[in-house]
Formats: sequence, C-alpha cells, structure tokens
Amino acid sequence: MIEFDRVSVTYHRATEPVLSGVTLAIPEGELCLVIGRTGAGKSTLLRAVNGLVPHFTGGTLAGRVRVAGRDTRDHPPRELADVVGVVGQDPESGFVTDVVEDELAYTMESLGLPADVMRRRVEDTLDLLGLAELRARPLATLSAGQQQRVAIGSVLTAHPRVLVLDEPTSALDPPAAEEVLAALQRLVHDLGLTVLLAEHRLERVVQYADRVVYLPGAGRPVEVGTPAAVLRTAPVYPPVVGLGRLAGWDPLPLSVRDARRVAGPLRDRLAGRQPPAADGPAAGSRTAGRGWTPGTRGTRGTAGGSGTARTSGTSGTSGNIAEVRGLVAGYGELVALRRVDLTLPQGEIVALMGRNGAGKSTLLACLVGLLRPRAGSVAVAGRAPYGRRRLPLRDVGLVPRQPGDLLYAESVAAELAGAGSSARARGAAGARGAAGAEAAAGHFAALAPGVPPETHPRDLSEGQRLALALAVVLAADPALLLLDEPTRGLDYTAKRRLVGVLRERAATGTAILLATHDVELAAEAAHRVVVLAEGEVVADGPSRDVVTHSPAFAPQVAKILAPQPWLTVSDVERALGRDGGGP
Amino acid sequence: MSRPGWIAVPRQLHPGAWWLWAVGLGTAASRTTNPLLLALVAAVAGYVVAARRPDAPWARAYSAFVKIGLAVIAIRVVLQAVVGAELPGHELLRLPRADLPGWLAGIRVGGPVTAEELATAAYDGLRLAVLLACLGAANALANPSRLLKAVPGALYELGVAVVVAMSFAPQAVTAVGRVRAARKLRGRPDRGLRGLRGLLLPVLETALERSIALAASMDSRGYGRRAAVPARARRATAALTAAGLLGICAGTYGLLDSSATAGVTSGAATLLGLPVLVAGVLLAGLGLALGGRRVTRSRYRPDPWDVPEWLVAAAGVTVAAVFVVLGGDPALHPSTAPLVPPPLPLAFAAATLVGLLPAVVAPALPRLQLAAP
Repeated sequence: MIEFDRVSVTYHRATEPVLSGVTLAIPEGELCLVIGRTGAGKSTLLRAVNGLVPHFTGGTLAGRVRVAGRDTRDHPPRELADVVGVVGQDPESGFVTDVVEDELAYTMESLGLPADVMRRRVEDTLDLLGLAELRARPLATLSAGQQQRVAIGSVLTAHPRVLVLDEPTSALDPPAAEEVLAALQRLVHDLGLTVLLAEHRLERVVQYADRVVYLPGAGRPVEVGTPAAVLRTAPVYPPVVGLGRLAGWDPLPLSVRDARRVAGPLRDRLAGRQPPAADGPAAGSRTAGRGWTPGTRGTRGTAGGSGTARTSGTSGTSGNIAEVRGLVAGYGELVALRRVDLTLPQGEIVALMGRNGAGKSTLLACLVGLLRPRAGSVAVAGRAPYGRRRLPLRDVGLVPRQPGDLLYAESVAAELAGAGSSARARGAAGARGAAGAEAAAGHFAALAPGVPPETHPRDLSEGQRLALALAVVLAADPALLLLDEPTRGLDYTAKRRLVGVLRERAATGTAILLATHDVELAAEAAHRVVVLAEGEVVADGPSRDVVTHSPAFAPQVAKILAPQPWLTVSDVERALGRDGGGP
Repeated sequence: MSRPGWIAVPRQLHPGAWWLWAVGLGTAASRTTNPLLLALVAAVAGYVVAARRPDAPWARAYSAFVKIGLAVIAIRVVLQAVVGAELPGHELLRLPRADLPGWLAGIRVGGPVTAEELATAAYDGLRLAVLLACLGAANALANPSRLLKAVPGALYELGVAVVVAMSFAPQAVTAVGRVRAARKLRGRPDRGLRGLRGLLLPVLETALERSIALAASMDSRGYGRRAAVPARARRATAALTAAGLLGICAGTYGLLDSSATAGVTSGAATLLGLPVLVAGVLLAGLGLALGGRRVTRSRYRPDPWDVPEWLVAAAGVTVAAVFVVLGGDPALHPSTAPLVPPPLPLAFAAATLVGLLPAVVAPALPRLQLAAP
C-alpha cells in the first residue's frame, strides 16, 4: 500500500539528510508504528507519504514514494487526498471550518462528491468515532480528545485507504487518549484501513501495532519488524518492555495483560522485598526560600540514590515554599478552581494530574502570580505572588506549556546569556548574573547535550526547546519551580534527563510542581501526586498510594506487579540488584 | 406554502436571508437622522437578535458592535464640541479657544459649544451607530462562514481567504495573551513601547506558523483541485466578474449617496444608481457562472431557501423600501437649528416594526447538544 524506495530527504540549506536510503513497504490493512528519538525524521517520513514532503515543505526527495500505486513525484498532496488522510500534531491548527459537521464534510466537498454520498458518510463517521452528540458544536468549544477525533473523522469521510497520524495522543490525558486509540482500533479492524502512526508515548500504542519502523536517525538504516523484535534492542521503549528486558522475558510482552501473564515468577522474587523508600524531599538547607546560594547543597537525592530517607517533618510551615488556602480562581464566567488547598514543601516534587480542563494550568497561573485569585490566598515564600509590578521570579518560575514562548533571542548562546542578565536585572546581587548564565548553560548542557550554541531557538526540537526554557527559568534560581506538561514531544531519553535535573533541583531544596498527563513521569519523578477534578482536589498523597489506587493513573509497572507496590522499572532494578541480581 | 408545518421545524435560516433583512434595516437607518426612528431600528434589530441568536462564539457580535456604536457617538460628540464647525444657538458652555496660525484659518479649536451643534453631532453619530448595530445583528444571526459557503463556486477561494483572515483575529488575541504572560515570566516589560516590540514578533510568528499548518492541512485535504479550463474562458470570466463588481459598487453608491445630502432626495442619483446596479449584478452573475465551471467542488447540506427565508428577506426589503420611497418626508430629518423635539412619524415607525417579523417567522434554532460525551 505504501512503498518507500531508497528515499532520502534533505531540507533546504541543511547539510545532512533527515532520512537517507529508507526502503520499506507497508502492506494493506496494517497498523504500523514509527518510533525513534526526537529529530530522527519521524514527521518527515509521515509527511512524505502524501507528498507534503517535498511538495509543501521544499527540500529534495531522492528515491520514490508510492501510495496505492501513485507516485508522489507526479501527484501533489491534493491529488492524493482521496487515498491518504493526514492528521497533524496539532489538530486545531488544521481545522478549516468552524463546526464539527462542516469539518467532517470539508474533504469530501473538495473531492466533489455528490451531496447524498456526503450526507451518508458524515452520519457514518459521526457514529464510528462517537461524535454524534457533537455534530453542531463549534470546534473551538471541544476538548482536546474530541478535537483529535474530529480531525481523524474529517479525513476519514473521504474514505482514504491510508491514514497517517503524527503523535495523535501526546497532548491528551489518559482517558482521551484511550478514546482516540479505541477509535483507531475500530478503523483498523472494521475498515481494514492502513495506518501509519508516530508516537512518543509508546506505552499507549505499542500493543496495537502490527509492525514497528525504528528510525535511528543520523543516517543509519531503518529497522523494520514486529514490535517485540524491534523493541528488544531499540533505545526507545515503554516501561513494560523495560521490565520485560530486565526480567529476560521471551517473547517480549507488549501489553500489561501479556506481561502480567508471565510476571508470576518476578512477583515471587520480589515478594519479600520493599520498594526503596521514596526519595523524600531533601532536608531543606533553604530557609523559607531566601538567602540561599547554590553553594550550600542539601543531601543529594539523585535518581539513583536511595540513601535519602524521607524526612517526614517537612510539613511544618517553615518548610513550606508555597501554601494555597481555599483558592477560587477562573477566567470570565468560568470557575476553574473551587476552594483548593495545597502546600508545597521544599525539596518535594509534586505531580499535578487530572483531565484536560480540570484546572491544572489555572493553579499554576495563580502560583506564579499571572492570575489573581477570586477568593482564598496563595503565598509563595511567605508572600502573595500576584498584585505586584513584576512577577516574583526569584520565588517562583514557570515553564509554560509552549516553552518556546519564553525564548526571544536569536541563538541558544544569546538566550542563555540573557537568562543571566535578566536574573541580574531583577535586582539580585551583582555576581548573580554571570552565575545565572553559567548555571543556565550547565542545565541546558545536562538536558540537551550537543546542541551548537549558535542554533536559533526556532530550529530546536521540542525537547531541546523545553530544555532551553527550563534552563532559562532555573537561571533565576526560583524557590518554587512549576512545569506545565513538560513531556509533550519528549522521547524517553530526554524524559530521563529531565527527571534527573528535577531531582537534583529538589535535592537542593527547590519545591517542584509538575502539571502532567504522563503517569510514567509522575511515577518516576514525583514524591507526591495531587489529582484535580472539576477544579477540586480529589486526591493528595504519596505517589505510591495515589497512582496505584486509580487504574487511569497507574503506571504500567504498577499494573503488572500489582498488588505489590512497585512503580517504575528502576525501582525493580534496584531491588533486584541489591541482592546480587538475576535468578 | 403547501407545507404549513414547515415554518415550525427548528433549523438554521439561510444566512443570506438574515443579511438581506439586516441590510434592509441598515438602509432605512441610513436614510434618517431622526433619533426616535433610529432608536426604534436598533431596538427592532436587538429584539430579533435576542429571539433568534444561536449559542455560538460569533453570536456575541451584536453587543460588540453596539459597544463600538456607542463609542462612535461619544467620539462624534466630543470632536464636534472641540473642533467642529460652529453653529449659533443655545450656548451650553465655552471651551478655551486656541489661537491657530493663519494658514489653519478654517479650523476652530475650543470656543462656545451650543446645544444645536451637539444635537447635530449626536444624531449623526447615532445613525452610524445604528448602521453598525444592523451589521452586528447580521453577524450574530448568521454564521459568517456559512454565508461564505453560499457564495458561488467561482468565488470560493476568495471565501476561504476571508475565513482564514477572520480566524486570524481570535487566534492573535490568544497569542497576545500567551506571549504577554511569557514576557512577564521572563521579567521583561509586557507593556509600553518595548513591550509592544517584544510582543509583535512572536505573535506574528505564531500566526504565520498557524497559517502554514492550515495550508498544509488544506492541501492534503484536496483544496485546490480543479477542472481544466481554456485560458480564453478564464480571461473572459475575470473580465466579466470585474466589470460586474464595479457596476455593483457604482450602483450601490448611487443608491445610497442620496442619504448623504441630508433632507433632500436626489432623485437623479437614485434613478441612475438602480440600472447600473442591476447591470452590474447581471454581469457579475454571468462571470461567476462561467467561473464556476472550473470548480469541481460540491456542497455539503446547502441551506435551503424556503418560505421563512422569503418572509425574513421581505421584511427587511419592506422597511428599506418605505424609507427610500418616502425619503422626502421632513420628519426623517428633524431640525436641530432651531432645536425642536423630534417628531415620531407613524408611517415610518410602523414600517420599522415590520422588521420585527423575523422574530416570529424565522424558525427556532435546533437545540445545541452541549452534553459532554
């Protein structure tokens, strides 16, 4: 159905090809998953299928791409609209009309289908994707999961034979992702559609894939094979595969169900053991967030270190960086938060979870002082963050959902230097600016090694951009660090680096609040999980308790090893390693 | 009329009908400076909007346009008081007069402010405000992009350009909010000149990125497929359409121009305007019909034009017709010097009330299902 014949793509003014010598054939009716590190060329591969590369993006494509017998060389994307449906990363930016039903009909209108056919197909698609109640809704009022389903539906109505999806679930909360994946499953099984899909969150999709294409990047040849075969060696893999590799399971399980069926012996081996005590918040060396310097580090609780015992006394008021009492906040008529209470002790990493629209971003906006509460109080480092001429950036720093928003300079180097100077501009001590720039450069190097300093921030990958924004925020050395959806578009390696940096910061006494959908990140990084629903706190407790109690928020390892309280592969690895390893 | 139950079936009215109705009310408003009649027109438009407004983002247009209208009145009155031409009469207050150099002799700054001159300005401003309210009513009642769907196939691409441009404004507003927040997070100024410079570039960048994403999406969804048409036919189409649109503009100007000369209907302009307008419409129609052959698109669920549409459009046309035909009536332009209370001419008031008809004859809207899945 899709054939790549020695395809190489070189973008305009790039020295290295993004893809080189890719040869693969995807037969009809297959769900094929494209994996690879950030920047390995996944999006390029997907966009080459319908000719957006190179017809739309420019650059040179050598070799041939054929879809349903049509060569993209002679057929621009619009001439392939009836065989290939493409859904981009951000569905909202691809919407042409403003109402669900019209959006579904748009492709068919372009193809000039007769009115009665269009009507029938729209009705079919509304049912197929569960959109019937939404048919007359303006697109702007839909949730992210609904928008993603509309975007899929809008290309499906043309009855394409190939569906291409670029990260369809990465912006979605777990239930919305389930919705979208269930819809995809039905399409593959009921309609025999060929699906080509790229996704960073492998734990969500790998079990559905018939085949995996691994793009190693840097000009090395692609690997194609069954998921179990490719994932045995690929550097990107979901936790279930990580556990499988660790335990030496063969064949490698891809789903929680498969893994549970073979996990009996592992559970027996782990039976007598306790997971390492959660790396608690480091004993604070920072007194209420003021007068602290990078020199006085607290006990280190690094990703690997289990030495730090949880200090339970951190709940005393003096150890709290932020206190939120009875917070009510919202925008216009919308009340996003209803009487929220929350304390963030120093040195603790807290994950803030909940579905899209539960009020996570609003809470972050209140904590950083961008939004004034309607009622209740917010205190960060003992002071209200809002209602001042400038945001108290030494008290609290926020990395927003689009980290690129924070970046202005023309190059990475200028951005990092600017981070130092703006730290100085905020009235800190004179030496602080230089120190800030140096610290920022250090953090950036730790998070995204090997980026040339003259790179323009716009040309960075999603993960590198996050790294730069985080480095810039950390330059001001805030007592409270807030991150909004930091793992969107991040591969596993980048995620691990992020967790490492966050733990290091926490060990020096910084309180960290992560708003995230990523249960694996929460399990890996957070000491505590707070779940918001409808603007209220519905759960607040140690990660281990909160995530294991809810199937939607449980990480894969917890599901596989339940009822034992293991959360991450590294927990299990440490427990096994401690008494001399394998069987 | 063979389907008596049809009117009651909830559905969306054809956007063209709403626009005809609103243009009718607007034409009436442009023909008078009588504040009572103008207020009545605005009230009629507001009532219909309240009765038949959909629950959608664009439905907020009416109040937005009314607010702009109020601002227009205020600006007009203030400008008149400060720099407007002097009109002798009842002096309300005296502003300090600025002495201007000789070469600015025609312009007056400050000086006496009379009730007469303020009334003239207010009437004038009110007329513009009511015109805006009519425009707002049309925007609130008819989804602008649905109206564009109803345009002839040959103009389709123009329609898409307009839709994309219209979606730019709300996108830009969101982007401005985001970028300002981000600047605050970096401790940079988010107001003033420096703030503006830092704001503009990222906002434009966002808009550009979105346009590129949209263009890619449209391209991969078949936008721009077309049938092959010989070059001569294409040129003829373009010429016909351009000539037609010119004719429409000139004709409309001729028709509406008479309202500019207050109090006097210049019959000649009206007489000349009408045939030019008709010829323009014919030419443009021909051009569009020819051009439509090039387009292979089809249309999903086109809005029907049925009895309610005829009634709504007729209501608007009736209001406009009465004001145009009886345009010479002095009651339409009450005197402001001397300042007298404006009369309420019953014939015009009754005609304006015809504009209320759509609140009854337009079908109720289908209830939007807002239940979350």
